[in-house]
Amino acid sequence: MSDFVCENRILDKDETLDRAQLRALQLERLRQCVQRVADVPFYKEMFQRENITPEKIKTLDDLRRIPFTTKADLREYYPLGFLAVPRSEIARIHGSSGTTGKPTFVAYTAQDRATWANLCARFLVAGGLRSEHLVHIAFGYGLFTGGFGLHYGVEYVGASILPAASGNTPRQVMLLQDLAADVLICTPSYSLQIAEVARAQGVDPRTLPLKYAHFGGEPWTEDMRVQIERELDILAFNNYGLSEVIGPGVSGECAARQGMHIQEDHFIVECIDPETLEPVPEGEQGELVFTAITKQAMPIIRYRTRDIATITSQPCVCGRTTARMSRVIGRSDDMLIIRGVNVYPSQVEEALLRVDGTAPHYLIEVDRTGNLDDIKVHVEVHPESFSDKMAQMQALRERIAAEIRSVTGIGMKVELVAPRGLERSMGKAVRVIDHRREKGTI
Amino acid sequence: MKINQLSVFLENKPGRLSEPCEILAANGINILTLSLADTEQFGILRLVVKEWEKAKRVLEEAGTVVNVTEVVALEVADRPGGLEDVLKVIESGDINVEYMYAFTTFSKNKRAILVFRFEDADRAVAYLRDHDVNVIDSVSLYQNLK
Repeated sequence: MSDFVCENRILDKDETLDRAQLRALQLERLRQCVQRVADVPFYKEMFQRENITPEKIKTLDDLRRIPFTTKADLREYYPLGFLAVPRSEIARIHGSSGTTGKPTFVAYTAQDRATWANLCARFLVAGGLRSEHLVHIAFGYGLFTGGFGLHYGVEYVGASILPAASGNTPRQVMLLQDLAADVLICTPSYSLQIAEVARAQGVDPRTLPLKYAHFGGEPWTEDMRVQIERELDILAFNNYGLSEVIGPGVSGECAARQGMHIQEDHFIVECIDPETLEPVPEGEQGELVFTAITKQAMPIIRYRTRDIATITSQPCVCGRTTARMSRVIGRSDDMLIIRGVNVYPSQVEEALLRVDGTAPHYLIEVDRTGNLDDIKVHVEVHPESFSDKMAQMQALRERIAAEIRSVTGIGMKVELVAPRGLERSMGKAVRVIDHRREKGTI
Repeated sequence: MKINQLSVFLENKPGRLSEPCEILAANGINILTLSLADTEQFGILRLVVKEWEKAKRVLEEAGTVVNVTEVVALEVADRPGGLEDVLKVIESGDINVEYMYAFTTFSKNKRAILVFRFEDADRAVAYLRDHDVNVIDSVSLYQNLK
């Protein structure tokens, strides 16, 4: 186990407000937020329908009078129909996977970007980051919020950054060895891949100078934390975020590592039963719902994350007063996270619809071989697409694979199967088999 | 002049080849010849049977993907160079062969029978007949193989 000791340090006083003060601040910010979205077409229409005005938000409980916002709502207003500021005020646009071929875009004003940097800095500092450290960021820099969000957070703290970005693992090992980064930022599964590649190169990953790591972007387990800490001889911290809310920075672990502190002065969290949509008792599993009360460019109210976790507002030994969330232990929809990329089965369906002669009968099989997610799509062959020529069948397979890559952004193996070769259970097709769950890696 | 060939999609798993054979056997359909093309992932079974319409129907009823393609049966002298003679003619006509396979039995006059899948079967048949290659039609093929 790493001999790195994470000292308890708290960046902002707002992380330690007493709960009554925090609630007062949340209410004030919520009312401003409701005011800010009043002219966003989606909310304008909703508020008229539900007879909601900022004045009617008198307590935090009144938030529950406002209906939820979902991914489908964002999609309906594609690309930027949720903007609450003029386009000229946008400083940055990011995006995440949509349920079909088009991403969901989110926008930031300069102020939002500053808030984002601050919030990422908070959990980085909570998890050991000091200005003298060098941080190796192996997240993708692009539409994905992970790379830029963490980058800004590290800058905010004043530490050094190596923006290695994702991919080319042998080079990552070389950089970690030669530049001696103290901190690694990537997905948890990628850290194991780095360890694996290091060993293949004859480098014992435990001898890398790394002290600790901040992981996010995909679900993982305590067992994986133990494995990562042993294989790389580091401390591993978990953080959480999603682009629709702000990106990374929604919550993160402190030195106690007893749940992730939610930055409640910026986000109001609810935990609901995804079926009844009623709140679950504290400590019970439910779907997380966030309201981003300080966002300027694209405030979002009661956004259903589809992530299942538990929440506690019990005080933490670190001194922060904010509520903590558990790891994400599941989804209330069918979204998969493959190598840190969000994938919906409906995207695969859309890709198949673009290829003539394939029916939308498919089965997605996900596994983790070694440390890499492996995804295979079984597609039924139909008389219209079946040919006696082998070359034509191979071309069909390649065309399906290319369409899937273009819609989802990731490569999947395509396997052609006989019609009705895919099980139908209770009239409803089984679309996904995730072997990673049986193996305890997610 | 052309023969109807059935192609059957097979998953590359144990037992998949025997399934269509069982169905044909149960329906009293005799396989005159066949060829199997496969990758590590899936296979295509190509069959010539006399009652191809019935065969197609029973296979489809059993949930199999079947398609019908026109192929051409050619008689080839059963001696060294017999096949080469025919291939030279095909080549001279700039005719594309997708694939070919053989019948396991011989014709009445002791000549071998080969099945060709041409890109353009009609053009191939016309050209080959003009160049004295014996193209066998389905009636005489089935009689020949009795």
